[in-house]
This record gives sequence, structure tokens and C-alpha cells, in this order.
Amino acid sequence: MISAAESYISISGVSKTFNGRQGEVHALKDINLNIKPGEFVSVLGPSGCGKSTLMMLVSGLMSVSAGRITVGKKHIDSPNADAGIVFQQDVLLEWRSALQNVMIQAEIRKGDLKQAKERALQLLKMVSLNGFENSYPKELSGGMRQRVSICRALLHRPPLMLMDEPFGALDAMTRDQLQIDLLRLCSDNDMTVLFITHSISEAIFLSDRVVVMSPRPGRIERIIDIDLPRPRRLAMREDTRFIEYTRELTQIFKGLGVFREEY
Amino acid sequence: MSIAAETPVVPKVNLINRLLAMVPPALWSVIVLIIVWELSVKIGEVPNYILPAPSAILAEFGAYWHRLLPNALVTGGEVVFGFLCAVLIGVPLSVFIAYSRFMERSVYPLIVASQTVPKVAIAPLLLTWFGYGLAPKIVIVVLLSFFPIVINSVMGLKSASREMIYLARSMGASGWQQFWKFRLPQALPSMFAGFKLATVLSVIGAIVAEFIGADKGLGYLILVAGSSFNITRQFAAIITITLIGVVFFMVIERLERVVIPWRHRSLSETDA
Repeated sequence: MISAAESYISISGVSKTFNGRQGEVHALKDINLNIKPGEFVSVLGPSGCGKSTLMMLVSGLMSVSAGRITVGKKHIDSPNADAGIVFQQDVLLEWRSALQNVMIQAEIRKGDLKQAKERALQLLKMVSLNGFENSYPKELSGGMRQRVSICRALLHRPPLMLMDEPFGALDAMTRDQLQIDLLRLCSDNDMTVLFITHSISEAIFLSDRVVVMSPRPGRIERIIDIDLPRPRRLAMREDTRFIEYTRELTQIFKGLGVFREEY
Repeated sequence: MSIAAETPVVPKVNLINRLLAMVPPALWSVIVLIIVWELSVKIGEVPNYILPAPSAILAEFGAYWHRLLPNALVTGGEVVFGFLCAVLIGVPLSVFIAYSRFMERSVYPLIVASQTVPKVAIAPLLLTWFGYGLAPKIVIVVLLSFFPIVINSVMGLKSASREMIYLARSMGASGWQQFWKFRLPQALPSMFAGFKLATVLSVIGAIVAEFIGADKGLGYLILVAGSSFNITRQFAAIITITLIGVVFFMVIERLERVVIPWRHRSLSETDA
């Protein structure tokens, strides 16, 4: 258990209620979670468990109904500009080239544009997009587009990376490659990552800890430490320990009624 | 084995195909139309006061250009000025509608309802209010053309996804930056679709206004020529109006390519 004192992100007693057409919807109920600096934490759960909402609350783009969130000792009650965000959709601006899409981060923040451009080019190169700097999003594949959006999120060296199913819309092979790219970018940039996913193997492969959530209302069911060495390699997915984790998580979701095999 | 030694294949380009490739397809259909028209008038011995042959209309252009040109400038001026007014009114209005729920609920339905009022029917009314000068023409052009501008601009400004706005806010973008760097560029393709529709409507508006009351312009020329059964002259004026409309449309289309190059770059590549 990580204490609130040594944590970078501290979520305590957080609930979120939406006012829907059918009255109040409890998206999250009494969430408590502490995340250490530099930790890679995945939030895993079926759709409707409020995991995306949790990320939105940490980003400050949505506000909590109850409880308190702090990131780096800062109470979150407005959009947290220290974070980098990646959504499932790449949200690239169609009118900007790949490089310009990464650069928008610096333009809005009004930093040193020359320095930012150097970093942008370096980031694009790290994800093998050199040669595509001046391509428009329309000219890029889905995987390439999502790489650009990850570079955009990293440009200002955010200490915190928030990712909402970033690889959910990609094919399996592109997904594998991007997971490797992401881990490399993380170790190079020294970041804390909150990663939302509904893929069990993705959560195990990437994370230090996996937070299992159950739906209606969204609650934390279990937190599992992933004790696999880094750097992670694709072959580890056939590792006995990896398979053990997969089995354990599958079992939890079976218990929650997410998976049903008998009718 | 050498490739160079082989006899090079000389492509036998058909002369007709080469001619066809030199002229855009749209022009070909016009040329064919003119030829068919000319021949049928000549063969059928249709009198000039029913349907003049293209050659007769061309001759009319030659004989009458000194009157056509200044009147074309008057109509063209009304079209362009009215269109610009419609853009200057329509675009800011659409920003208000896109940003304010109150404006969307109060003003937007009114604008939609106003479009069901036949403009031709209220044109005489505008005449009594604004007189015979430039003002009523501009008002009618604006009334006709600002509708597609508003509708398309509102649609475009609202087309920014929720994630896009989240992203902008996560960067700390101000309301102004959100508009200028995200919403407006996102809206441009849709806005230009509205502008292009508006060019056509502004030409119609100018002619309708001139029909109702004017002492110059191509609409006025058509009325005068009609009262003396000068069908050839009417045709010359109609063709001039069409040319104004087509040129204006092409200017806006060219402008679109300059303002939103990212759209056409990938389009032309898939076409090739």
C-alpha cells in the first residue's frame, strides 16, 4: 500500500455522479488510489466501469462530485496543464502537418518555439516518423496518427501522462509496436502514467500496477502488482508469470460477471 | 541482354484523344451544346424572335458590348458587394449561434423561418422602403445568400469533437485560442461549402432585385429587351449573367484551395 505522503497522484474518497436523462448516474463511487512518481498504472475494466471518467477527473477536465484529487501536491480543481493527454481517437488537427500537430502544444503554451521544434522533430524520429514531418494527418495510417498524438502529448515534458485507451482503435500488430514505443518514451522521459484500457494483456505488459475496476457504480475491485522485469519484451507475454497474471485477472472478471461461459 | 536494344514502344496517341485532353470536359459539353443548338436552329429554320442561333447571339455581343459591359459591372458589383455583406453578417452571427445556447434557441429558428418567406414576394416591399438605388439590391442579395452561410458556418463551428476541446483545455488554451486554433480551422471546409452556395444565390438575388425596380444592370437590360421582343439581346444578357456567376463561383473555389490546402492536397493525390 502506498501512503498519501509518498504518492504523486492521490485520489481519496472520490465519487462522480452524472445527471442523465434517467436521473442520477453514479459513474464512480468512493475511489481511493495513490500513485508513486514514475509509476505506470493501468486502470482495467469493462466498458461502463467509469475508468475513462477517472482519467478525466485526474486531468481536471471534469470535476469530482465528492472527494479530493491531488497531483504533485496540487489540488485538482481546474484543467491540469502539467499533464499530457492521449485519447482513443488521435484528435489530430487535419489542417496541420504532423510536425505542426505536435507543435500546437508549444504554440498554446507560448514556450520557446525553436527549442520545441527541435524536441518535436526528435520525438517524431523516436517513433520512426522521420520523413513524415510534413505529411497531413489524412496521409498517415491509424498507427502513425496515434504516434503523432503521443508525441504531441510529450512535447512539453509533462511529469504526468494520461492515456485513455490510446491503442483501442488500432490493429493488433500496430498495437504491439506502439506499446513498445510507449514504454521506451516513458523510460526516456521519466513520467508517471495513468493508462486506461480494457485489454488484460496490454495492462499486464505495460504496467507496474493494474487497478481492476467493476461497473455500476464504478469501484476499485482489486489492485495487482505486476512483478515483471523492465525493459519489457514481447516474448514476456509467453512467460509463466505473465500467464499467471492473465489467469488471475480473468478469474476476477469472471467473478464480477464480466465474462460468462455457461448459459 | 540489354533493355536498350529492344524497340521502344511508341504510344500511338490518337489525335482526337489528344484534343480531348487539352480542353476540360465541362467545356466540351458546352461546345457540343452550342453546335447542336446552332445546327438545329439553322436546319429547323427557327426565327430569331423564338430562338436565336449562337452565332446570332455572338454577333449581338459584338454589336452591343458597349451597353452590356457597364451593366454587367453594375450587376457584378451588386453580387460581390451583397455577398461580402452576407459573409460579414453571417459569419459573426454563426459564431454567436454556435457559442450561445440562448442565441441558438432564439435567433436560429427565426433565421430558418425567414427562409420560407419568398424573397420575390417581399422585393416590392423593399423597394418602397429603400427606393430604387443600390440599397434594395444589396438587401435582397444578402437575404438570399446569408442563409447557407449561417447554416454551414454553425454546422462547421459545432463540428469540433469533444475530445478536441478537452485537448485544447488540457493545454491551457484560452477561449480565444480554442476558437482561433481549433474551432475555426475545423469549420472552414463547411463554411466554404456555404460560401459557394451563396455565390449562386447572390446572382439570383441581384437579378430579382433588378427585375423589381432598376434603371441599370443586366436584369434591367433583359426587361427592356423583352419589351421590344429582342430575344437575341435577352440571350446575350442571360449568358453574361451566367458568366458572372460561374466566374464568381470559381474565384471562391480558388480561394478555398488557398485557405484550406490540406483538403485538396490529399484529394488530388487520390485522384491521380
